[in-house]
Amino acid sequence: MQTTVEPSEIAKFEAMAAEWWDPEGKFKPLHMLNPCRLDYITDQIAGEFDRDLSAQAPLEGLRILDIGCGGGLLCEPMARLGATVVGVDAAARNIPVAQTHAEQSGLEIDYRHTTAEALAEAGEQFDVVLNMEVVEHVADPQDYLDACARLLRPGGLHVCSTINRNPKSFAMAIVGAEYVMRWLPKGTHEWKRFITPDELYGHLRAAGLDPVDRKGFVFNPVTWRWSLSDRDLSVNYVTAALRP
Amino acid sequence: MDNPAPAPICRGMDTDLLIIGGGLNGATLALAAARAGLTSTVIDALPRDTCATPDFDGRSYALANGSVRLLRALGLWEGLADDAQPMNGIRVSDGRVGDASVFLGMDFASAEIEEGPMGHMLEDRFLRRALLDAMDAEPRITPLSKARVTAQDASPRGVTVTLQDGHRLSGLLLIGADGRQSGTATRAGIKRTGWTYRQRALVCAIGHEKPHGGIAHQLFLPSGPLAILPLPGDRSSIVWTEADAQARAIDALSDEDYLTVLRPRFGNFLGDIALAGKRYTYPLGLSLANAFVAPRLALVGDAAHGVHPIAGQGLNAGLRDVAALAHVLDHARRRGEDIASAPVLARYQGWRRFDTATLALATDTFNRLFSNDNALLRAGRDLGMAALNAVPGMRRAFIREAAGLSGDLPDLMRG
Repeated sequence: MQTTVEPSEIAKFEAMAAEWWDPEGKFKPLHMLNPCRLDYITDQIAGEFDRDLSAQAPLEGLRILDIGCGGGLLCEPMARLGATVVGVDAAARNIPVAQTHAEQSGLEIDYRHTTAEALAEAGEQFDVVLNMEVVEHVADPQDYLDACARLLRPGGLHVCSTINRNPKSFAMAIVGAEYVMRWLPKGTHEWKRFITPDELYGHLRAAGLDPVDRKGFVFNPVTWRWSLSDRDLSVNYVTAALRP
Repeated sequence: MDNPAPAPICRGMDTDLLIIGGGLNGATLALAAARAGLTSTVIDALPRDTCATPDFDGRSYALANGSVRLLRALGLWEGLADDAQPMNGIRVSDGRVGDASVFLGMDFASAEIEEGPMGHMLEDRFLRRALLDAMDAEPRITPLSKARVTAQDASPRGVTVTLQDGHRLSGLLLIGADGRQSGTATRAGIKRTGWTYRQRALVCAIGHEKPHGGIAHQLFLPSGPLAILPLPGDRSSIVWTEADAQARAIDALSDEDYLTVLRPRFGNFLGDIALAGKRYTYPLGLSLANAFVAPRLALVGDAAHGVHPIAGQGLNAGLRDVAALAHVLDHARRRGEDIASAPVLARYQGWRRFDTATLALATDTFNRLFSNDNALLRAGRDLGMAALNAVPGMRRAFIREAAGLSGDLPDLMRG
């Protein structure tokens, strides 16, 4: 991956970074969901690694991988909390964009254009792997989750979110988000690739991980906010699993 | 040295929050932010020794329960409770100056909500002293007095202010807590919407012969509302609204003549009355900032919304801003977000703008409805009050709203 950027490209990257980080822009749905995702991730990490989130740099000493990092919406908070962060994305154009924004934010983050499989091949190891809204886009979920599991040190934490497969999720995630609200481009999701929580637990176990928690991300159309739910995993949901 | 000075969460900054205005809202925000692990520099234009005077100067506040909870959460209420007067009920009446009997339209008693008193009256000097002492004792707060901001500059990484003496300070987030003529908002290009009511509030404390029993009175007179709010002992604070010219004329009167004008409005239900502090007068008007946030900037209190003080909600609304902003910043910080980023500030604005616009509209409508001697309006509002009295659910909702317990509560106001 190149580390220097053509000056003529910088303005373009800055514009794209601004787009990623505009709460009212193209990535508005992600910004609305992000606090809820971060609450879950930080609580799971704090619980697993016994960290106090009100302390200074509470995640210091932890090496965290974010797969499908995009503009860095998860990487930057993790780095700000003191973690050593590697962000990877299969889309090459996201890398300089995320780098540009991290520099603007004064954060050091190792962004790379690569895949989970390639990192596992290279023998990289992490305390935490964040696998948010990716598994529903991969060709073979089991192969992919096997690679994610190999990236974890023993005792490491794997956080994975995706979309359930049922008539409601079809109505909400595809008809609602893509066609009615136009939150996502049409064709973003294929319903048959959605995974039920039980199927995901099965994949995680087959990859050698112990699933320990699952919660729903629930959107309230009145308050226009997402929250975590113990019961409602009918559309978006998140899981935590440990490598023994 | 026992403890190193607390560091801001972002390395290379002088402080996390640069708070412009060290009044009640600015000071409370600095204390709330300190509890969330954030450091503040509080910049005030006034010299420090005029910020808290030991003698009673006639100023006091009707603190809603939400505000009391915030002060309790900040560890201040314990030291203030003995000097505060609980308000056990509010009696709302409609009347005309000099009428022998005042029509009592609406009685609210705190027994109707479970939380105890409906609010507390507290003198300005006690609250200000408590806040100044607490700021001094908090290592995360650096107060700067007699300092005036001449310029501010926001960048993607932080914000810088330049003081009159050329000194520059950097922080993550700038807070405008500098009142309804907020220079911080003006420098950020935030415009305001508002109007004046061509009315002034006359404010003073009075002593009276008979005990008030902890009951507050709101009298709606044709010239404007008169609020009588119980202070400890046989004293009350009054907020008396008159048309502009009338108010200026009354303000120019001697103390004795002032009381002569007040007596027929006040009535004699508390016996004879006398002044118990200085007299103040304020023009009434509404002034709303068109935005509560800008890049790396948030406005709180009157800088965001100066409302008509008819229902005593100015400070309470400001403290709600403070609690909401502290809540948003605390949660953002714990999840590793940039506390001054646009998504975080949008949460604060979304939370507070709806509340304050509702409050501004409600107080405005209330005032226009009641500052009137039109017979039809009088009949209409008396009927409205009777209806409000007759429906327990509505009464409770109204009391909870007045007590500041409705809506989505910030952590610090949950109690």
